Order: sequence, then C-alpha cells, then structure tokens
Amino acid sequence: MPLITYRDALTQALREEMQRDPNVFLMGEEVGVYQGAYKVSRGLLQEFGERRVIDTPITEEGFAGVGVGSAMVGLRPIIEMMTWNFSMLAMDQIINSAAKMLYMSGGQFKIPMVVRGPGGAAHQLAAQHSQSLEGWFAHVPGLKVVAPSTPYDAKGLLKSAIRDDDPVIFFEGETLYGSKGEVPEGEYTVPLGVADVKRAGTDVTIIAWSKMVSIALKAAEALAAEGIACEVIDPRTLRPLDEEPLVASVQKTNRCVIVEEGWEYSGIGAQLAYVIHRDAFGDLDAPVTRVTGADVPMPYAKNLEHMAMPSPARVVQAVKEVLYIE
Amino acid sequence: MANERLMERPATLAKDVQIDLLAKMLLGRRFEERCAEMYSLQKIGGFCHLAIGQEAVSVGAISTLQPEDYIFCSYRDHVHAIMKGCDPGRVMAELFGRDTGLSRGKGGSMHLFDAGHGMLGGHAIVGGHIPLATGVAFAMKYQARPQVVLCFFGEAAVNIGAFHESLNMAALWKLPCVYIVENNRYGMGTAIERASAIYDVAQRACAYDMASETVDGMDVLAVREAIGRAGDLARRESMPTLIEARCYRFMGHSMSDPVHGHYRTKEEVEEQKLKDPIKRYFEKLAADGLIDRQGFEQLDAAARRIVDAAVEFAEHSPEPPAGALYEDVYSQPYGSYTRSHQ
Ligand SMILES: Cc1ncc(C[n+]2csc(CCOP(=O)(O)OP(=O)(O)O)c2C)c(N)n1
Repeated sequence: MPLITYRDALTQALREEMQRDPNVFLMGEEVGVYQGAYKVSRGLLQEFGERRVIDTPITEEGFAGVGVGSAMVGLRPIIEMMTWNFSMLAMDQIINSAAKMLYMSGGQFKIPMVVRGPGGAAHQLAAQHSQSLEGWFAHVPGLKVVAPSTPYDAKGLLKSAIRDDDPVIFFEGETLYGSKGEVPEGEYTVPLGVADVKRAGTDVTIIAWSKMVSIALKAAEALAAEGIACEVIDPRTLRPLDEEPLVASVQKTNRCVIVEEGWEYSGIGAQLAYVIHRDAFGDLDAPVTRVTGADVPMPYAKNLEHMAMPSPARVVQAVKEVLYIE
Repeated sequence: MANERLMERPATLAKDVQIDLLAKMLLGRRFEERCAEMYSLQKIGGFCHLAIGQEAVSVGAISTLQPEDYIFCSYRDHVHAIMKGCDPGRVMAELFGRDTGLSRGKGGSMHLFDAGHGMLGGHAIVGGHIPLATGVAFAMKYQARPQVVLCFFGEAAVNIGAFHESLNMAALWKLPCVYIVENNRYGMGTAIERASAIYDVAQRACAYDMASETVDGMDVLAVREAIGRAGDLARRESMPTLIEARCYRFMGHSMSDPVHGHYRTKEEVEEQKLKDPIKRYFEKLAADGLIDRQGFEQLDAAARRIVDAAVEFAEHSPEPPAGALYEDVYSQPYGSYTRSHQ
C-alpha cells in the first residue's frame, strides 16, 4: 500500500467524491487559486473549475449559510473553515440552521453538508489559533462530528461524510497534515460511527482521537517496555459515538484513561467517562482518569504551550495512576 | 418559463388577477385575525407574530412567482406561506402544534416549511435566513435552473452582518435572489431611526453595486410591479435586487406586545390605518369599476369560510405521537433517533 500524507489522503477523498457526484462542490477562503491555506484542495480548481471550487470573501457566517441553503435544494456542499477557530462566526448557521433544519421542518429538508478544516493546536500560534472545539459541536443534536487520526481514516471517513445526508463536522488535525500512513489505491470508505482499536492490549484502555491517538500510542509504547499492555481505542466519530467497543474494552482491561486535546471542563471526555461508568461500573478497578488540555487559553511561550498540552509522559503517569503503580 | 403576466402593466392586468390580489389580501387578514383569537384562547402557543397591515407586500411579491420558485421568510410567515400555496388548514394545524401541521408540529408559528410549495421556511433568528436564501440562489445558478428566490425580512435585519455578507456574495457571484425588506419601521420597539445609521434602506444596495428600489408597501400593485421587475432581472440575467417595501404593522410586534405602547403612539397607529392596503386597494378597484361593495362582501365571506375550515381542520387534528420526539433529528436512524415517513 502506498504511504501518503494525511493531507493527500484528504485531497484524494475530495477529488474522488467530486468526480463521483457533480452536486458536490467545495467552498471556502483560499480553497481555489491559493490551493488551500493548508493545501488540502491542491489541484482541485484546475481539475474542476471555478464553478465547483469556489473562493469566498472572508465571511464565515455567510458562506456557511450559503452551504446550508444550497443543501436544502439538493447540492452537497463541502465548506472549508480555514481553521475551526473561525467557525464561531458561523455558529449561528451551523447550529441554528444546519443542525435543526430536518427537525423543525418535520423531516422535509435534509442538510447533506460537510464543514471541514484544521482543528487543535499547532506550534506557538497562541490563544486565538490553538483550540479544539469538537466538544462544542458534539453537544448539538443534529450534527455528526468526526475527527480522524490517520491518513487511512481521514480519506475513508471524509468520503463517508460527503455521502452522508446530515451535516457533518469534520475536524482535521492541524499538525497531522504532514503525517504519513498507508492508504490503499482503490476506492474505500470508513463508516461514520465506528470505533477502531489502534493497538490491542489487556491492562488499561486508553481512549483518544485525532492527534491524541499518536500521543496515546507513544505512551503505550513506553509502557510496553515496562510490561504494561495498553489498548488504544479511537472512536473516530465523536457523534454518533460507537459506545459498545469502548465499554467492551474497559470490561476487559478494567481501567480507563481518556486523552483529549481540548479543555477538561464540559469536554467530550466527560461524556465518555459517563458512558464507561454507566455501562461498566462493576468492571472498573479504578476511577476513570482524564488527560486533557490545561483549562486556560493557549499561551504563546513554548514551555507554557508544552505544559498546556497532553503529552506521552502525562498519559504514562495517568496509566500508572489507574494501575495504582505510583 | 417566463410568467406572461409579469410583463403586464397594472392597467392591463386581467380583471380576475386584480380581483384575486384583493381576495388574497383578505384571506391573509382574516387568517391572522383568527390567529389572534386562537392565541388568546391558548390554542396557539409560543411566539406569534402577525403581519396585519403588511399584506400588500407578501401578496404583491409572491403573486409574481411560478410554483417552482422559492421563498424564505422571518418568523412573521403565516401569510407568506399561504400565498406560496401552502394549505391554510395545515398552516393553522402547525400553529396548533398538530401532527398534520406543515412542519408536523415541530416548527410552530415561526417555522413553517413546505417543500412541495417552495416554502423554505420561517426562520426565527433575525436575518439568519438571508445567507440560506443566498445559498438557494447559488444552487439555482449552479444547476442552471431559471428559478427565483425571494427572501423576506424586516428592516432591523439589515443591520446584522449576515445581510452584508450575503448581499456582497450575491452581487459578486450574480445570484438570482430578490431581497425584500419589509420596512414596517420598527424592530420590536426600536424605531429604524434609533437603530440604523442610514434611513433609506434601499440605498445600502449601492455598497454592492446592486439594483434596488423603494416601493410603497401599502400598495399591492406597486409591490407586484417592483418584484416583477426584480424577478425578471433574476430570471433573465441572474442578478440580485434589494427592494425596500415601506409598510406598517397594525398589531404589536408579537401577541405579547400591545398595538401601541412605549415606542409608538395610538395616534400614529390610527393615522397609518387610514392607509390600510386592503381598504385602499378596494377603493381603487371600485373607482375603476371592477368591484362593488357586494363583490367585496362576497370575497370576504369566501376568505372567512377558508379560515373557518382551517380552524376546523386544526382542531380535529391529532397531536404528534410521542415517538415524534426523537424523529427527524438525523436522516438515518441511530440510537434512539428515528426517521419519519417522508
Ligand atoms: C439575532 C436575533 N436577535 C434578537 C432577536 C429577537 N427579536 C425577534 S424579532 C426582533 C425585531 C426584528 O425586527 P425586524 O427585523 O424589523 O422585523 P419585524 O419584526 O419588524 O418584521 C428581535 C429583536 C432574534 N430573534 N434574533
């Protein structure tokens, strides 16, 4: 299988879906002539033309709403947020219009739209450009939320998201774009709402998604050297959540650590911990522990930024805590 | 595709069309008067915004459309929906929160939707639907469909960012959308002079190099003509227009707001009522010899019968079943979520 980047895997998904369905179009700031602020749409303007790869003014609420309106009458828009940090301006359209249209119209208007773009911290971009907002969107009934951790998942999930008839919020890891992984040549999809075991183990379950999967895997690697076998599970889709394999894993390992890049307060990890307690309370040998981003706006200074982010060392420490080793 | 009647001057409008406009305004008026009554009887809940006094705008504008054209409106959407062809019984049933309602009881007064009649919704966030209408116009152009989208909103909505964002994109990309400002002078209790740096709303179009027009929104024929022209521009040249229809609402902002209060005087409301679009239009038709008092009474009785039947239908419709609670959150079933039979 070819080894390609997460970025190229996403581009392949966009290209293939645009070739497959003429109603699919890509809209956002700098997606066309500039080839994408993060180059995910590289080559698409040349291949599909200005009708289907549309550069917009800086108007997040406006073009998110254009996406929703066009989806109401049969198009399948892919709306790129240059980064999720700017999505707050489009929140009204995403939450008040996209998420609720099917319900408040009594089932008449579907919104088959994908809103995608990079999320999470990069390197020293400071408070307004480093945040993980998937918890905001996962809170809202009517939205589906996806956050792939590997190139394989990124391509397969994006294709499924584009074919889905509901609004899908698609978080790409800003620092994952250059990461490489195996992606098959031919057409494949990864279904929404299906978790994946990224590493099998018997002693502790670590739940992580997006960039945090690699942090969890590094921790698991270090712990393996000490004879501790971690199972790393990636839900891949945060809503709808594939609860069953998460619970089954904890029933096997009896211990659970959740790793989340976003803030602890009202984070997705809180929901996951609840699910584990609800369905596997009797199997737990220790309270569920969470490793999250620090409860602060992201600082600029390198050392502080490092302290604010989950790290393999913090995951190792959390695993040892639930094993009562230290 | 072109609507022949669009090009006609009012003077040459067929008599039946002229009479029909009066019949439609009467239906809107009687329907909403009954809404007020049903609201006070607590058959209608939530927020309920009436457009009494503003009928000439929705009736005049929507009378220029073809069935396949689309409209978007704000929460003040009852008359617009009926004018677009939605069944008055199903509109009333929606206000009653019944399963037979346009939105199956999930939307209420502020969210009337009817896919079959191109009614793309009442929307309750001020101006939140302006980008949606722009998106539908985008889709019409994308698919090369010669359809028009009318987007109605109040004058207060022109101050939100989405208005500017949408008109800029519509003009830049040449989208077939007609933006119709129903300027009834007040956003709730805030007069336009207290909210807008510019009084002439239509002038805002110059910021987008967009065609615009100010029209007497109490004159159904004037509205019809202006929207007809804008519709032609959209259909033939895929160009947007901003229309400001100056009108007045005779009721409070919503059912919880008195007719006049802190923000406007009784005298002002009474003075405006002299320009009642129905009364004025009837007098014109009578002067032209097209209708007499008796003819008017007949139209009125017919409107009342339709409204009676609508209330009857709503009264006798079932409430949504309990299972509807988790229905239509997603298009596919998952977990406790299900899908209705559409
Ligand atoms: C974004 C937003 N802010 C505030 C409100 C509350 N609100 C509802 S209607 C209204 C006044 C709007 O006036 P206008 O746009 O002129 O329309 P009209 O009611 O006169 O038809 C306000 C402030 C709202 N629904 N949405």
